[in-house]
Amino acid sequence: MTHMVKQERRRAALYGWMLLSPALVLFTTFVFAPTVATLWQSLFSAGTRRRPPAFVGLDNYADLIADPVFWRVVGNNLLYTGIAVPASIALALGMALWANARIPARAFVRVAYFTPAMLPMIAAANLWLFFYTPGFGPLAALGLGSVNWLGQPETALWAVTVVAVWKEAGFFMVFYLAALQTIPPDLREAAQIEGAGRWTYTRRVVLPLLMPTTLFVLVNALINSVRLIDQLFILTKGGPDNASKLILYWMWELAFSYFDAPRAAAMTVLVLMVLCLVAVVQFTLIDRRAHYR
Amino acid sequence: MQRWLTFDTFGALVLALVWISPLAYAAWAAFHDVHAAVGLDLSAPWTLENFYAVWQQAPWLSYLFNTVRLVTMVLAGQLVLCTLAGFAFARFAFPGRDVVFIVVLMQLFILPEVLIVENYAIVSRLGLFNTTLGIGLPYMASAFGIFLLRQAFKSVPKELEEAARVEGCSWMGVLWRVYIPAARPVYLAYALVSVATHWNNFLWPLIVTNSPQTRPLTVGLSLFGAPESGVDISLISAATLMTIAPLLVAFIIFQRQFMQAFLTSGIK
Repeated sequence: MTHMVKQERRRAALYGWMLLSPALVLFTTFVFAPTVATLWQSLFSAGTRRRPPAFVGLDNYADLIADPVFWRVVGNNLLYTGIAVPASIALALGMALWANARIPARAFVRVAYFTPAMLPMIAAANLWLFFYTPGFGPLAALGLGSVNWLGQPETALWAVTVVAVWKEAGFFMVFYLAALQTIPPDLREAAQIEGAGRWTYTRRVVLPLLMPTTLFVLVNALINSVRLIDQLFILTKGGPDNASKLILYWMWELAFSYFDAPRAAAMTVLVLMVLCLVAVVQFTLIDRRAHYR
Repeated sequence: MQRWLTFDTFGALVLALVWISPLAYAAWAAFHDVHAAVGLDLSAPWTLENFYAVWQQAPWLSYLFNTVRLVTMVLAGQLVLCTLAGFAFARFAFPGRDVVFIVVLMQLFILPEVLIVENYAIVSRLGLFNTTLGIGLPYMASAFGIFLLRQAFKSVPKELEEAARVEGCSWMGVLWRVYIPAARPVYLAYALVSVATHWNNFLWPLIVTNSPQTRPLTVGLSLFGAPESGVDISLISAATLMTIAPLLVAFIIFQRQFMQAFLTSGIK
């Protein structure tokens, strides 16, 4: 009997690993091996034809930190994150409250909010290109025509951020909308009977109930603020004078325009460390408090 | 109460109009002469010239074909790999399973975009540079898909499986006849999200392609929109509209399913 149980167990293990193996091979090839290789490479100098790469310890990191462009790019990305994340979450919440209210043309309103989320970022950037072109376009009609939004350091980063918010808000709205629909209508009636106004009801009842959704959206928005940079390729190319350059774009430049693999690797490791931090926060803090269905 | 409602309606509609206006403007500009588009001349005549010109300037049909091929290939790979792995995690007990599962989940945070430099080297070494498989392969083992399907399989009652086993079904038979049909809505949701994601993906395809034979629409569009070719609003509008049209039309027809899909896949 125990023999059979053992055999059954062994067979389950064999099947389990066999079923997993194709996925694990790809994970190893494209996630784990590259992560380790990047870590390794970030500790070596760039090799040339004559000179093989030499171990340089943390020199590549020191190089990065000594580079003013590094601080510019990190600062830009912090601002991008700091503006785009709260703005898109707040807008998403407002959109969801409106799209959930009993208003005429609700279907149109929902589609209008959500459509940008379906577009490729490249297309979104193209659409905004006209709005930002000085001298003409709809903003010119509003009397803002003389501003060269993309061409001056003071506004370029903002212009890029607006496109990200425009694309993201409707996407996050969907999650709020779903959460709103699970709030039982009795709560609203109870609040009204208690004499609570609409604002009080929203602030004291709706917002706390939406907390798990907000945390979920927050994590996604944070990750996207690192990932979503395609608009730079169309709108500013990181310029003028690095004013709108973001981390991932700079990494791409380091690797594929300047062919500076060691510094690109060091930068990748730094970003991975930040992402791991987000992961740890998500798993330890948020998952304990938020209960996803 | 009534006053609030009208304020809501007004606000919601204004925001909706603002939100859709870049798209609406592009749709209008694409059908007008560039001078009319720039000057917002609403009385200007409608024309198809822009589409004709755009069509001549780049191999759009080839780009479209490449995107469709890429999206199909990625989805097919994901469905097979994630089904097998999700099934293993959901229904087989073996030593090391939980550790491997956590390691797989870590991939949700190690974004493929961050590893582009090293993955470029790996794809080149595998001889897959500038191939559709090279663009798609890194995305096929999707931690997200594995997670979703594991959840779906776990919610299938064990009795169903046991009944099938009694009937003489093999493990693969059980997976095929019991689990996959039960998880159909999850498959649909995952497929819609995957198609939308990879239809829109840009940075990685940009890096691993260098010819019109493999470039997807997004990369083709970015080359077309490059300032070197001069900013002609009407032409760029027409090109942008052309590239987003298939997905946009699909979205407008199946909007409910799309939103539901993003939802199902977002709520963990």
